[in-house]
Amino acid sequence: MPKRTDIKKILVIGSGPIVIGQAAEFDYSGSQACLSLKEEGYQVILINSNPATIMTDTEIADKVFIEPITVDFVSKIIRQELPDAILPTLGGQTGLNMAKELSDSGILKEFNVELLGTKLDSIEEAEDRERFKELMLKISEPVPESKTVNSMDEAVNFANKIGFPLVIRPAYTLGGTGGGFAYDLDEFKEIAHNGLRLSPINQILVERSIMGYKEIEMEVMRDHKDNAMIVCSMENVDPVGIHTGDSIVTSPVQTLSDREYEMMRDAALKIIRNLHIEGGCNVQMAISENSMQYYIIEVNPRVSRSSALASKATGYPIAKLAAKIAVGLNLDEIKNPITQTTLAQFEPALDYVVTKIPRWPFDKFTSADNHLGTQMKATGEVMAIGRTFGESILKAIRSLEIGKTYFDNEDYKKISTNDLIANLMPATDDRIFSIAELIRRNIKIEKISEITKINIFFLDKIKHIIEIENELKNNHSIELLETAKQYGFNDTEIAKLWQQSENEIRDLRKQNNITPVYKMVDTSAGEFESYTPYYYSTYEQENESIKTNQPSVLVLGSGPIRIGQGVEFDYATVHGVQTIQKLGYEAIIMNSNPETVSTDFSISDKLYFEPLTLEDVLNVIDLEKPEGVILQFGGQTAINLAEALHKRGVKILGTTVDDINRAEDRHQFDEVIKQLNLPQPEGDTATDTKEAVKIANRIGYPVMIRPSYVLGGKAMEIVNNDDELNHYMQNAVKVSNDHPVLIDSYLLGSEAEVDVISDGETVVIPGILEHVERAGVHSGDSMGVYPPQQMHQSVQKQIEDDSIKLAKALNTKGLMNVQFVIKDGKAYIIEVNPRASRTVPFMSKVTKMPMTQLATKVMLNHKLSEMGYETGLVKKAKRISVKSPVFSFSKLPLVDNTLGPEMKSTGEAMGSDKSFSKALYKSFIASGIQVPNTGTILFTVADEDKATALNLAKHFRHLGFQIEATKNTQEYFAKGGLKTKCVGKVANKDAINPVTELYNHHLQLVVNTIDNSNTTFDDEAKIRGAAIESSVPLFTALDTVASLLTVLEAQAFDVTAL
Amino acid sequence: MKRYLVLKNGSIYKGNGFGSKKMIHGELVFSTGMTGYQESMTDASYDGQMLVFTYPLIGNYGINQDDMESLHPAVNAIIVKELARLTGNWRSKMTLQQYAEREDLPGISGIDTRALSKELRLYGSMEAIIVDSLDKKVINDAFKSPLASSSAQLASTNSIYQAPNSGLRVAMIDFGLKDSILRALAKRNVNVIVFPSDTSAEEIMKVDPDGLLLSNGPGNPESIAYALPTIKSLEQQLPVLGICMGHQLFALANGAKTYKMKFGHRGFNHAVKDEKQIRTNFTSQNHGYAVDESSLKGTDLEVTQREINDGTVEGLKLKHLPAFSVQYHPDASPGPHDAEYVFDEFIDAMNANQKVGNK
Repeated sequence: MPKRTDIKKILVIGSGPIVIGQAAEFDYSGSQACLSLKEEGYQVILINSNPATIMTDTEIADKVFIEPITVDFVSKIIRQELPDAILPTLGGQTGLNMAKELSDSGILKEFNVELLGTKLDSIEEAEDRERFKELMLKISEPVPESKTVNSMDEAVNFANKIGFPLVIRPAYTLGGTGGGFAYDLDEFKEIAHNGLRLSPINQILVERSIMGYKEIEMEVMRDHKDNAMIVCSMENVDPVGIHTGDSIVTSPVQTLSDREYEMMRDAALKIIRNLHIEGGCNVQMAISENSMQYYIIEVNPRVSRSSALASKATGYPIAKLAAKIAVGLNLDEIKNPITQTTLAQFEPALDYVVTKIPRWPFDKFTSADNHLGTQMKATGEVMAIGRTFGESILKAIRSLEIGKTYFDNEDYKKISTNDLIANLMPATDDRIFSIAELIRRNIKIEKISEITKINIFFLDKIKHIIEIENELKNNHSIELLETAKQYGFNDTEIAKLWQQSENEIRDLRKQNNITPVYKMVDTSAGEFESYTPYYYSTYEQENESIKTNQPSVLVLGSGPIRIGQGVEFDYATVHGVQTIQKLGYEAIIMNSNPETVSTDFSISDKLYFEPLTLEDVLNVIDLEKPEGVILQFGGQTAINLAEALHKRGVKILGTTVDDINRAEDRHQFDEVIKQLNLPQPEGDTATDTKEAVKIANRIGYPVMIRPSYVLGGKAMEIVNNDDELNHYMQNAVKVSNDHPVLIDSYLLGSEAEVDVISDGETVVIPGILEHVERAGVHSGDSMGVYPPQQMHQSVQKQIEDDSIKLAKALNTKGLMNVQFVIKDGKAYIIEVNPRASRTVPFMSKVTKMPMTQLATKVMLNHKLSEMGYETGLVKKAKRISVKSPVFSFSKLPLVDNTLGPEMKSTGEAMGSDKSFSKALYKSFIASGIQVPNTGTILFTVADEDKATALNLAKHFRHLGFQIEATKNTQEYFAKGGLKTKCVGKVANKDAINPVTELYNHHLQLVVNTIDNSNTTFDDEAKIRGAAIESSVPLFTALDTVASLLTVLEAQAFDVTAL
Repeated sequence: MKRYLVLKNGSIYKGNGFGSKKMIHGELVFSTGMTGYQESMTDASYDGQMLVFTYPLIGNYGINQDDMESLHPAVNAIIVKELARLTGNWRSKMTLQQYAEREDLPGISGIDTRALSKELRLYGSMEAIIVDSLDKKVINDAFKSPLASSSAQLASTNSIYQAPNSGLRVAMIDFGLKDSILRALAKRNVNVIVFPSDTSAEEIMKVDPDGLLLSNGPGNPESIAYALPTIKSLEQQLPVLGICMGHQLFALANGAKTYKMKFGHRGFNHAVKDEKQIRTNFTSQNHGYAVDESSLKGTDLEVTQREINDGTVEGLKLKHLPAFSVQYHPDASPGPHDAEYVFDEFIDAMNANQKVGNK
């Protein structure tokens, strides 16, 4: 069937803010889908609450609504826009859930709106456990046997029937308490008995355990004609038991023979045909390591994280084609966008190995539980392509940016072999490094396989790498150097083993013509001629990437998504590239993140899917000889390479390396500030504890303290006295002459930031973003509002003037972000980032200024004045927009969820409207906070916050809320004239305490702040944990609470007695 | 041990030898399948060819006893990028390297198989040698040595044998058959009697078969002209299914022509449209020759299936008789099972033929 002509206008639902498990991949799939629909001539309306995305750019859809994804708001858009259809299958689970809710609400029927893609009933059949199990039984596909039982007799009967191992899951216990694995009847009886007892309804689910099975994924597509195909097969290196999002994954499948592979392919196709999937779908399966027995784990009836990975791994754009299928086209009617000569009904053949490694946030959340299991914890991932397994996995490791560029043993040397073995199971995020170290210590891979169930094939590949490492120690031959490069070794590691410098190895390689070639990703393993400018490096004979005659510019992306460096940077990268192209240059991208829009080969003229290390970047530069390199859009990843690239004669476009240093180096920056005579919190650097104490006393407590060698608020703390300072110096940082700590006076004021575009002469400030929370909360975790609502005109003027002075003094060419703290009517500069910042997408959208585009033009020597811009703050927009952070605490147990100087959010949402309170309301809703109209609020606050809290609590009371408080707070409130119910202590196991109140659903909101001097956070941590677990909104900054009150007051009618 | 793969056009690829150390001269072809190296290596259609695997990691799951398509390797050399040292599959009995040693099969690893395959795509399948040195004389001598055979006659069985079963009786003419065809028939309880390629029609009719199957096989179909009268005669009497080489011979017997393709179809991801069906199927393919569609004019043949990209004739049938053929392998092994229904159609044709009393 050709494409449908009965529909004209299509509403696409995005996936909202980024959280663990639903991240940038949906920006990629959503953008692709919108463009794909536009390409077919449809009018596209988009709703997404996440401003940091490419997808919410006006070029992507005909109309973009950055509004909360709730039935109310989507319905409003439907009434206003009257679309003919909705495409919900590309916006993750958010999109699907919204489709269901909209359908249930009746609005789709009322306005005759059709749901495109896989039908709702099919989606429910795939997602509902019971219905899915029924379908699998009907079509004879095996699912792990399971039974819900209410008694020991039933449980034992079932166990005897199925055999072991079994997994026991008690119903309705928090976090799965009381469950576990049983390997024999005795164990089973014990766990089952305990589980039945702990379950409030005395019920457990007993299921066959397939832990340790080989985990296989297939990305499948199907159309109306029943054409069905496997786009990509994937094999997890980590067997069943670890969430696939937290597993190291290879593509294609490596250790299945054709007989097993085809058996599973048949199963996957049978399932999607029976589910009547129309579009993309993901099938997860498990197969025994010693028989042909396999099980279906689950099916995702939509485009998923895995399909983004599969698209990048194969070059086959799943989301783009899924959108075309949704409007009636079939796979044998659509051209394969890669080859442009064949049709889309084509199972890609790979001639390389892909490795994906997840990027976890445990470097930021050091207290978090880093064990891997069924709950995904990674915030992002990297992908690498190689022609040998070693090349693939080692490239992936050096893409991670975790301070390791190889299986180096720095952190493992001192760990005993027994401890390393004990660390293999249960797995942690760094297991692969432990494995390499164990192999280095000659522990048999058979033994490691026995413990981890990782296939011996993969372990032998790692062993091979370690063997080459050992050989390199004694053999300095060119031949071995070439072998090492073919197996993925980087120059740094070879240099270390040869006790030479990285430069020497590089020179030696070049002298001997050991340089990488670049191969094309073409979906057909070379069988068909292709035109895809998508390349990866390898050490082989033929180079396929040919430098063109057109002058080019290289843009470095930002690597894996992690806390502090998210999708916002991809936004800047993509816009930079598009502008470069418009200016007549060839735009080349390097990046290692498979989830993003920037690694879609259709975005740039050439895409190099490569790690972002000095060596890898220089290799591309050697080949492409670009006019220059843009680092400003790739976050700290790219900026960190500035100096090294500059030293090797690479032209850095935009702000020079010297000026970047003047902004980033504390001492040089102080000089700049002094020369300009700008206000700055008093501060100094210390190299030991004594000096630190001296400085702190001179400046006066409280002080903000942080190590000088990390950015993004890592290990940043506010300390109030000598004791705390000593504690920090001894526990939080390793201080030395090379690594001093920075100590600044901590000004308890409000915060604001600006992003400026400067060409060195003209400095344009699109707008000021005012933070809702006071200083002390990381800017990435603060709510922000544009234009400023409470900032005095004179302060705004000062921010404008100071930013201009700074931009000029730092000779900024391109973007720069400046952060201020405002106290007593004066703005103090606290930080400058000489690059695109996290707020660029938000500010671009709310001020309607093409910030990245202008910055790119400036970096390519265009003048802002020629483009019609003049120095100064641009006139404010009328519409008010609020940005709010979104957290993933429910996915990360044990992470302290109090807001502070370290960033903790994973994403952001935006709300905008004609008034501040309406914009605030929307931004709360969009970030997933249910704003309660009535109910009970628990206050448990630090001494210093009690006065403010009392004031807020009185307001809530006036609005009709009931107030509960913990003992000290309750007493203070009582003295202040507010009667509240007192709740007991968790630690004392009082019958009514905050945790019991939360679990019993008696609370609608929790306000909790902690005293900095208080070292016994026990109760507080439990309260906050319980709030997250029971999904009750938790506020740890009183400013956020005040803004919530603004919303509630605006909504409430006043009832006052005469 | 360093060894060299030298192509007729002068291209040289350096790699590490494994398996047999002998010098070899053959026709170089590539397959894009990502699994199934064992089946491909033992597929008689590859007889005498040097097989390049485009997927770079080969040997990952070793060699097992169940997935052989014939008793010994049919290919005369294998060319890979990275050979697995250890295997990770419970069915594996030995590594690929051990198998190559046992079977005296030369292999070479560490080759830029992508560059090599692209060269074959550009210049077409080509003669090549594997040698130990780049000495001119060694190379010249190697190219002068006889080209490894690629002949259906040689690949065929020498004597008649039976693969007994309880159902329909099928006579199969063996041009270099893949065991997977026997397996597919066995699954349908078919009693198969396998005949050498030069058996006469009378000889075959003596076993009173319900149908005739023309097997796959290596080389140029025109070189087996002697089989055409047999086919022509039997198709008047029995339902016929031709597979791969059998498809080409079926076409030749009925007046069509075949041609040598530039680099052939070898892989599992070619989608084929069966005109009877709405959807398309992925098929397992291994052919260097194809039927020329323009030569069908004036014959009793009609096209039933085509490859969706280049339009290659993938299926034929006789207009008035229950005789048909497919260019691909409905028996898969290796490759997708989408087209297994072809065997059911053959069974149906035989049953229908019995019902109308033709037998």
